[in-house]
Amino acid sequence: MSNWREVKTKDRLKIPAQKMKEQAPEARVRNMQEVPLGFTPEQAIQEAQRCLQCNNAKCIEGCPVGIEIPRFLAAVADGDFAKAVAVVKETNLLPAICGRVCPQEEQCQVVCTVTKALKSIENSVGIGKLERFVADYERIHGQAVLPPIPPPTGKRIGVVGSGPAGLTVAGDLIKLGHAVTVFEALHRPGGVLVYGIPEFRLPKEIVYKEVEYLHRLGVEFRYNFVVGKTLTIEQLFADGYNAIFVGTGAGLPKFMNIPGENLCSVYSANEYLTRSNLMRAFDFPLSDTPLKASKKVAVVGGGNVAMDSARTAMRLGAEAVYIVYRRSEKEMPARLEEIHHAKEEGVIFHLLQNPTKIVGDDKGWVAGMEVQRMELGEADSSGRRRPIPMKGSEYFLDVDTVIIAIGNDPNPLIPQTTSKIRTTKWGNIVVDPQTQRTSMKGVFAGGDIVLGAATVILAMGEGRRAVKAITKYLQDDDWTGTPEPIV
Amino acid sequence: MYEILRKEDIAPRVCKYVVRAPAVARARKAGQFVIIRPKNDSERIPLTIADGDEETITLVVQEVGKTTAIMADLKEGDSLSDVCGPLGKPTHIEKVGTVVIIGGGIGIAPAHPIAQAMKVIGNRVLTILGARSQDLLIMEEEMRRASDEVIIMTDDGSYGKKGFVTHALQDLINAGNEIRQVVAIGPAIMMKMVCKVTLPLHIPTLVSLNTIMIDGTGMCGGCRVTVDGKTQFVCVDGPEFDGHQVDFDLMMRRQAMYLEQERLSYDSYVQKHRCKLTPEAEAL
Ligand SMILES: Cc1cc2nc3c(=O)[nH]c(=O)nc-3n(C[C@H](O)[C@H](O)[C@H](O)COP(=O)(O)OP(=O)(O)OC[C@H]3O[C@@H](n4cnc5c(N)ncnc54)[C@H](O)[C@@H]3O)c2cc1C
Ligand SMILES: Cc1cc2nc3c(=O)[nH]c(=O)nc-3n(C[C@H](O)[C@H](O)[C@H](O)COP(=O)(O)OP(=O)(O)OC[C@H]3O[C@@H](n4cnc5c(N)ncnc54)[C@H](O)[C@@H]3O)c2cc1C
Ligand code: SF4
Ligand code: SF4
Ligand code: FES
Repeated sequence: MSNWREVKTKDRLKIPAQKMKEQAPEARVRNMQEVPLGFTPEQAIQEAQRCLQCNNAKCIEGCPVGIEIPRFLAAVADGDFAKAVAVVKETNLLPAICGRVCPQEEQCQVVCTVTKALKSIENSVGIGKLERFVADYERIHGQAVLPPIPPPTGKRIGVVGSGPAGLTVAGDLIKLGHAVTVFEALHRPGGVLVYGIPEFRLPKEIVYKEVEYLHRLGVEFRYNFVVGKTLTIEQLFADGYNAIFVGTGAGLPKFMNIPGENLCSVYSANEYLTRSNLMRAFDFPLSDTPLKASKKVAVVGGGNVAMDSARTAMRLGAEAVYIVYRRSEKEMPARLEEIHHAKEEGVIFHLLQNPTKIVGDDKGWVAGMEVQRMELGEADSSGRRRPIPMKGSEYFLDVDTVIIAIGNDPNPLIPQTTSKIRTTKWGNIVVDPQTQRTSMKGVFAGGDIVLGAATVILAMGEGRRAVKAITKYLQDDDWTGTPEPIV
Repeated sequence: MYEILRKEDIAPRVCKYVVRAPAVARARKAGQFVIIRPKNDSERIPLTIADGDEETITLVVQEVGKTTAIMADLKEGDSLSDVCGPLGKPTHIEKVGTVVIIGGGIGIAPAHPIAQAMKVIGNRVLTILGARSQDLLIMEEEMRRASDEVIIMTDDGSYGKKGFVTHALQDLINAGNEIRQVVAIGPAIMMKMVCKVTLPLHIPTLVSLNTIMIDGTGMCGGCRVTVDGKTQFVCVDGPEFDGHQVDFDLMMRRQAMYLEQERLSYDSYVQKHRCKLTPEAEAL
């Protein structure tokens, strides 16, 4: 084990990829507990030894925050998990979270040399899984050590929103000696990590532990505080904040504008998931927030949000759950792992189909959904082939609940109440891509409110970039050269 | 934590709470509401800000289910776990002449700050208050102070005139009052009936909708209603809308979505926490 460095490339490529144990599908559809169970230390060491320690490590470029992956994996291979987690945390504040929800197969792992050598994405080095392993190891075996905090700079920064973007900014700024207040509209921190992504994919305890760590570092959290309503951005400046970071996410659910969409058992994915995750409807009547007891559920959409909704519906006791998606499986934006897990759990896929109307019964409940078949035409601007409706192909899908998971728009509260902050016509805040500066002096923005619905790691990457620019701004008060936002 | 500084029973199963919430208190305007959780594991429920000063807000709450029952069991000096707000758009207050404010049941509480604001700006405020019976009528004194005239209607005739608020509205119209604006807040069916009266006469009618909510920030869409054929979110686009455009039937169905489960929650709470039945609980 100690001489793993001497093992030849050709032999390293022969080490089998380690499989993470998972709860069996039959068992897990009856509980909310996490599905993959994690590596054993032996497995982690084996897996890390599969890394070729490339000089030109493409994986680093694949990671939006540029984790020094070879150095991290060498530490794991040495069995020095504490050092491994320290390397990761140099650039990624939330490894237990990213290790679980990052689309690794499209980022660090797709460009990995092992992936290319073995011509198989399933056999890449399990960078994400190892990230999860070392972060869990640290969490379970003792408290994270607090880094030394420099003397107070006297500067106060307000962070709006406690999703991954906001948490990253808060954590980095407090370590520089600034006073940081996070304003969160809900009664719990974490943003989508807590209200959207289900417990069986990301245990909430992990998020709360990370927040507790920030709290120990001295970050102040103010819940039930809706910036734009409780106080506006301008009022926060008047209250003495020197800079503001806006990380309010893309929380505005889209609907399809088809007949029947406001019937009783039609939910946005946000509502369905919030009731289940944040408000713990799965525990009803032990918890106080109910959800309809559904028998047959149609989930419209093909992304992670749709998979999460479908798998939640299974766990809440539905007899049949359908994914209705207008393109083919190849175009689905959801992570492969999520599609795979959903299928294992019995979710049925209706591909190349699109709802045209939802039909109600005399009491206003959903009685079914009319669905039209589609075929794929030319590629559109996103490179995906455009679905075209097939005339006369409509049929009736027997369901009593419909969950709309076709995406979210940026949250409009801040732009609506702060006219100086420019947005695109879709409502995204316009920023200078190098500095995350907005059109309003002293205000930075990042994450889904800028990118549209994106990913956890991209939100964190934007936060990180903003921190650099905020630091500079607090020193030189310079706001010139911010490109005139394109509207 | 948000301390309950004062609590007062003002009608059977209706309590008034004065709660310390300085940030909300300073920002609030007529027509806005808060989302509260009485305890750390409670549901989130919306409540209108009925009054307030620099430091406190006043909530007037009717016990209808588990969460409002938990609130009713709190005492002065206890705290609410969460108070978030002020949410929703404030009422558009404009000097138009004669304004009729209609409050039905618990809806009188949210109507109160609107009557106040309408009067302060110089309108003639005629107020109609409706209740099932005299003991259920709330905030009469406050409403008299905020209005030029108050008409009281009870379903059973135990106080004021016998009949519905729509009868009183019709009387005001018949008497030749030049009504420029009606604001109606109360049970959905009451608001629907008021709109039926004012629609043919083209009297602008504002209603405040009380749909089921979760976040109150536009994130879930659970509060949505159809207004003028389009989907609107009550928590951010409202709570007030042009009553002539609201699809009340759809809204009433959505309000009743969880009735069965709510009853279950309530019954088990009452059983567990009020084993020695209070007279109110016994009356259920
Ligand atoms: C169901 C679901 C599953 C997903 N799965 C994945 C996945 O597997 N992998 C992945 O990488 N990404 C996934 N995503 C996307 C990812 O969660 C987001 O890209 C990420 O959370 C964005 O982070 P953020 O910090 O920009 O905003 P958010 O996480 O949206 O947080 C914004 C926060 O700001 C608060 N807020 C909003 N307005 C205000 C205001 N005015 N005042 C105060 N607070 C306010 C909100 O309450 C919220 O807490 C998923 C998203 C969803 C919905
Ligand atoms: C903008 C707004 C302002 C309101 N202002 C007041 C007020 O000032 N005073 C007052 O007494 N009530 C007010 N309500 C209604 C109040 O929110 C409900 O009575 C309360 O949520 C009931 O909760 P519960 O658990 O006690 O009862 P439940 O058992 O949950 O429900 C009983 C009834 O209340 C309705 N309801 C349930 N959950 C909600 C919810 N989350 N939001 C809205 N309605 C719900 C249901 O339709 C049901 O018929 C307001 C509602 C809205 C939307
Ligand atoms: S943060 Fe995400 S992209 Fe970066 S190394 Fe970890 S799993 Fe890969
Ligand atoms: S590209 Fe793959 S093999 Fe090379 S250093 Fe990165 S993880 Fe290791
Ligand atoms: S309460 Fe969730 S959008 Fe209105």
